[in-house]
Amino acid sequence: MDFTEDQILRYSRHILLPEVGGEGQEKILNARVVLVGAGGLGSPVGYYLAAAGVGTIGVIDNDRVEISNLQRQIAHNTSRLGVLKADSAKETFETLNHDVKVVTHIERLTSANIKNIIKDYDIVVDGSDNFPTRYLVNDACVMLKKTLISAAVFRFEGQLMSIFPGEGPCYRCLFEVPPPPGMVPSCQEAGILGVVTGVIGTLQATEVIKAILGIGHPLKGKLLLWNALDMSFRTVKVPRNKECPVCGEHPTITELIDYEQFCSMSH
Amino acid sequence: MNITLNGEIKTVHDNITVLGLLELLQIQHQRVAVELNESIVKKDNYGSTAIKNGDILEVVSFMGGGTV
Repeated sequence: MDFTEDQILRYSRHILLPEVGGEGQEKILNARVVLVGAGGLGSPVGYYLAAAGVGTIGVIDNDRVEISNLQRQIAHNTSRLGVLKADSAKETFETLNHDVKVVTHIERLTSANIKNIIKDYDIVVDGSDNFPTRYLVNDACVMLKKTLISAAVFRFEGQLMSIFPGEGPCYRCLFEVPPPPGMVPSCQEAGILGVVTGVIGTLQATEVIKAILGIGHPLKGKLLLWNALDMSFRTVKVPRNKECPVCGEHPTITELIDYEQFCSMSH
Repeated sequence: MNITLNGEIKTVHDNITVLGLLELLQIQHQRVAVELNESIVKKDNYGSTAIKNGDILEVVSFMGGGTV
């Protein structure tokens, strides 16, 4: 691939890195990454992926921008209140870098649509705000063997794990089944320090770029825990679980599950 | 006896189980995953899994929420 003069200038600080170079920048420009959610995590992830020149960024979100989002969801702004977050994020990312094409998926993920949406991407970035989606995304990525960079935040803390199906553990290897509904409060209920989403989101974006380039050591088989108040990072080793219901030796989950329906039926 | 809990040394009484430790810490077991010496403990086994002197435990909280 031939870079334009503008591209050589735009990506010069990448191209200077021996671990990236022109070849690596070409990989980034050809990469296809999909964001589950254009909120607190999806905003910084998408922003940095767009700046890096990730050629195709999918954005899955059917919410609209609300004023309470703007304390942390930096892809949006005050003039976009009421606008679909996917459209707002597209505007932000494509304005930053015209090399980037943002594909919007204005729908809520379900067992019926997820495989069709993520099949065209190389890497899936989970910044979802609920457990049914988190498990759905994990299971679909395992089934389609998609690299999944999964993160979550809560109050002053965040977690991050990179999932390479077939090579390392998945989310269910650690958390086999979702907690009972209502057992774990959401950020909406519990609050979140806005900048925490920025820290975890940019760490998440770092894992995406490393995975595209195939450099360094990903958080494969490791869960990163960060606490803003202590300013502490910890890494917990996560083994593959041979009995994992989705990626183990004898999987019992072979079809995707819509937990919300399951939960509401059982109540 | 001494165990390492989330990277820090902690003294607990002998013969404590994983479930007993979570109760001591006032942690609801549905909200966490527990790793004992780098193996995940199945939830059904929390009450029957005894912790030994020198064991290394990680208690990791469920964190579901991004902030979409």
